Amino acid sequence: MVVTLRSAVCLLGRFPALAGADLEIDRGEVVLLAGPNGAGKTTLLRLCAGLLPLHSGRAVVLGHDLARDRRAPRRSLSLMGHETFCYDDLTVAENLRFSARAAGKDRAAADRALELVGLVGLAGVVHGRLSQGQRRRLALAVALARDPELLLLDEPHAGLDADGRAVVDEMVRMAASEGRTVVLASHELDLARALATREVEVVGGIVRPVAPAGLARPVEVAP
Amino acid sequence: MRLAHDALLVAGKDLRIELRSRVALQQILPFGAIVLVLFAFALDPDRGVLPRVAPGLFWTAVLLAALLSVNRAFALEEANAARDGLRLTGLDGAAVFLGKAAAVAVQLVVLEVVLGVGIVVLYDVSIRGVGLIVCAAVAATAGLAATGTVYGVLASGLRARETLVPLLVLPAVAPVMIGGTRAFEAALDGAPADGWPWVQLLTAFAVLAVVAGTLAFGPLLEEDA
Repeated sequence: MVVTLRSAVCLLGRFPALAGADLEIDRGEVVLLAGPNGAGKTTLLRLCAGLLPLHSGRAVVLGHDLARDRRAPRRSLSLMGHETFCYDDLTVAENLRFSARAAGKDRAAADRALELVGLVGLAGVVHGRLSQGQRRRLALAVALARDPELLLLDEPHAGLDADGRAVVDEMVRMAASEGRTVVLASHELDLARALATREVEVVGGIVRPVAPAGLARPVEVAP
Repeated sequence: MRLAHDALLVAGKDLRIELRSRVALQQILPFGAIVLVLFAFALDPDRGVLPRVAPGLFWTAVLLAALLSVNRAFALEEANAARDGLRLTGLDGAAVFLGKAAAVAVQLVVLEVVLGVGIVVLYDVSIRGVGLIVCAAVAATAGLAATGTVYGVLASGLRARETLVPLLVLPAVAPVMIGGTRAFEAALDGAPADGWPWVQLLTAFAVLAVVAGTLAFGPLLEEDA
């Protein structure tokens, strides 16, 4: 299993943003987290990324027990969050290279990610001057440049035009075809269901399965 | 090897941001220079006091400007949740600490050179004992940068960061202020033998600060503000 949550509880202050979540995600799955605002989707992704502490229960990500060391899985995963995690005064290329090199990847990985999201023409532009849509593309590129086993995407289609959404869809399909595991939280259910091989609903900090209707077929994993 | 690579990566990133934003050049350096000029006005150059108190005024100006550098080093991690991005890189906390402290130290060295020239010009100080001055400055800068970086991450993410950092850092770096001043006084008085024990104190402080920072920075970076 790439992700295993058992009765996972994560408190934000005193509020149980995750209130005993159970979830298992296998390698190569594309799992859609659906659910209303404030249900715990972002918290679940941030918990899996090791950005939030596990208060009780069990959480194992990429073989690492988060209760023992929540930093351990980070080198093998990427999170595309609401923010870009980038520096305003660095260019698009510099932000990407920093992230790639920190993950032990070379400059070519950053350049490839730049090409994949269609930002080559903006490589020399500082992050602070990018539009919202361009920033979302860069956030996706930063996630891809790290060559992650597990890709966590929080509202990946938000703030993007049709072209940008198509890029996201292509990247998710490509990641899945390469055997990566993708977990995406989205309110754009039609778009997300076309990508997902499984859908779960997060409500009140609890994860519930959803009947598998209208979801994408499992992607053939490359050997 | 990996630690050095990652530390250099972080230091390079921070210095590149400073070069491009020019905050250090256009705000922190002028601030330090203004402090020196204000001291000159307050103490009246004609009374001959300035050359005698120059070492203390130099380190006071450096300390005040260093607070801005430390605040800046962590302010740039706030926009766009870059701090989360830094955590997500998986870089070891020790490497992030060493990188950020090195970047602060480089800025402080530039600041000290400029303020040193200012002291010579404004305060009519004759430089003697260059070796002692350089050794004291290197050790003091390392201690200052390391201590500032530890307290900087402790306060980062808090609403009161700008005011909390000086409150935490200034008392903690008192040994730097005292040791740097005494070592500089000994050098300028032509009695370097009196200054080397202070360099030893500064070195011990710097080693302690770097070791403590290397151990503590990672867990502090993980603290949710």
